[in-house]
Amino acid sequence: MQTDSPFNRLATTPAEAVTLEIDGQPFIAREGDSVAAALLAAGAVPSRTTPVSASPRAPYCMMGVCFECLVEVDGLANVQGCMVQVIEGMKVRCQSGARELTEGDFHEAV
Amino acid sequence: MSVRNHASRNETDVAIIGGGLVGMSLAYGLLRQGKRVTVFDEGDQALRASRGNFGLVWVQGKGDTCPEYAQLSRLSAHLWPELAASLQQDTGIDIELQQRGGLYVCLDQQSLQQRAKMLAKMQQDAGGDYPFEVLSVEQAREKEPALGPDIAGATWSPMDGHLNPLLLFRALHQAFELHGGTLINGKPVQHIKPQQTGGFEIQLDNHSLKAGKVILAAGLGNKALAPQLGLHAPVEPNRGQVLITERLKPFISYPTGHVRQTGEGTVQLGDSKEDVGLDTGTTADELGKIAARAIRMYPVLKKVRLIRSWGALRVMTPDGYPIYQQSALYPGAYVVTCHSGVTLGAVHAGPLVDWLLGRDIDISLEAFSADRFPF
Ligand SMILES: Cc1cc2nc3c(=O)[nH]c(=O)nc-3n(C[C@H](O)[C@H](O)[C@H](O)COP(=O)(O)OP(=O)(O)OC[C@H]3O[C@@H](n4cnc5c(N)ncnc54)[C@H](O)[C@@H]3O)c2cc1C
Ligand code: FES
Repeated sequence: MQTDSPFNRLATTPAEAVTLEIDGQPFIAREGDSVAAALLAAGAVPSRTTPVSASPRAPYCMMGVCFECLVEVDGLANVQGCMVQVIEGMKVRCQSGARELTEGDFHEAV
Repeated sequence: MSVRNHASRNETDVAIIGGGLVGMSLAYGLLRQGKRVTVFDEGDQALRASRGNFGLVWVQGKGDTCPEYAQLSRLSAHLWPELAASLQQDTGIDIELQQRGGLYVCLDQQSLQQRAKMLAKMQQDAGGDYPFEVLSVEQAREKEPALGPDIAGATWSPMDGHLNPLLLFRALHQAFELHGGTLINGKPVQHIKPQQTGGFEIQLDNHSLKAGKVILAAGLGNKALAPQLGLHAPVEPNRGQVLITERLKPFISYPTGHVRQTGEGTVQLGDSKEDVGLDTGTTADELGKIAARAIRMYPVLKKVRLIRSWGALRVMTPDGYPIYQQSALYPGAYVVTCHSGVTLGAVHAGPLVDWLLGRDIDISLEAFSADRFPF
C-alpha cells in the first residue's frame, strides 16, 4: 500500500526489500527500516490514537523518546515502532487507545 | 528568582514558605477565604515529595497509635470530593479522584493477622465506626480478579481512594494563579525576621516582603527554618522508589498500598522505605524487589513493560504524625508539615485554614504540637 506519503526516500545504498503487512495491506519496506520509518513511507498515519484524549498521532522523534509511534506488532500492542526493525512477514497494526492486557505475549518477545 | 502575579506588592496577609502540596493546599484555602497570599518556593533542584508520590487518599490503618490522626485522615477523605470539585470548577482540571475503597494485600498470614488485629483495635477506638473487612484469598480475588493466588489475603476498606497527584499539583498551582496568589520561586528563603510591631519580614535578593503571618510548609526545609521563628520541626527524609508501566486498559479496580492503576492507564508500583539521607536516586535492587512483589500480587504484570522510575523523599517526623504548631515566641508564625500531604490535602485547604486564621474549629490539633518532640 504505497500511498501518497509526504515522505520521500533519498537515493542511498540499495537495500533488500522486506515485505510486511500494515493493517492487512502488503507494503514493501527496506531492510534496516524501523517499523516507524515503514509506517511513514507507507503514509500509514496517523498510526495510533492516544488512551487519554483519543487524539490521532504518528511517529515523531524516531529515537525512542516520545512514545508517539506505539503500534501493534505481530499481535503485541504498545510496541515502539521506531525501536524495532522490519522483518519479512511482520504484521503491523495501527493502535487505538491503550494496550489490552489479555492479548499478546511478553514484551521480551520483540 | 522569578515572580508571578502582583510582583510589585511588598505586603501580604500570609506568606507561605514552600510551594509543595502542603503549601499550595493551604494557599488555596486561604485565597478562597479572601486572603492575600504569597508563596515562596525553590527551583527545580529542590527536594519535592509532591512531585514523586503515590497519590493515595488513604485511611485504613493510618493513625493506629494516634486516634486523632486516624480521625484527621478520615475527615480529610470525607472532605476530598468537595475540594476536587472546587478545583475542577476553578481550573477545569479533573484530578481523577476515586474513592470507591482500597485493598491492602498481604503476602503472608502473619502480616494479614497483624493487620486484622490493628484494624479491629482502631475500630474499637472509633466506637465501632471504622468500616473494614478482612478478605481471604478467594474473597480478595473475587473483589479484584487481577490478584493472583499466591497471596495470603487482603484487608479492605470503603474509606480509601486515590487521585492523580500530578494533576492535583497542577490544579492547585493554576487555581492559585487564578485567585491572584503571588508565587516567588527559584531560590530558598533563608531569613525570616519577626517584626517588633508584629508580623514578619522575608527578604530574598533585593525583594522584601512584609507578611501578617508566615507559615513554614517547606517540607524537609522546615527543619532549618523553624528555629529562627521559635519553632521546632525535626523532620527527616525517607526515600520511596516508584515504577511506572506502559498504559493499559483498566484491569485494576481498587488502589492498594503497593500498586494502583491511574486514570490514564499506567500502573504505579512502589512501596520502599529507605533511610538514605538526601539521595533521590533509584537502585536496581530495590526496583527489582518492588517489581517482584507487584508481580506476585498481580501476576499479569509480568507481561507488562516498565517505562519510568524515580526516587522521592518523604518528609517524616519521628513518630510519622503531622506537626501543626504556632510559635509561642512569635505568634503568627506556624509550622505545617506531614507525611501524607495528598490524603490530608482537604483538611489543609479547609479546617486547617480556619485554624490559621484564628477561628474555632471542631477538631483538636493539640496532639500535633511539636512539643511532643524533645528539642
Ligand atoms: C514515594 C512517595 C510516595 C508517597 N505517597 C503518598 C500517598 O500515596 N499519599 C499521601 O497522602 N502522601 C504520599 N506521600 C507523601 C506526600 O507526597 C507528601 O506528604 C507531600 O508531598 C509533602 O508536601 P510538602 O509540601 O510538605 O513537601 P514538598 O513536596 O517536599 O515541598 C516542599 C517545598 O518547599 C520548598 N522549600 C524547601 N525549603 C525552602 C526554602 N528555604 N525556601 C523556599 N522554599 C523551600 C521546596 O522547594 C519544595 O517545593 C508520598 C511521598 C513519597 C516520597
Ligand atoms: S517515534 Fe518517538 S519513541 Fe518512537
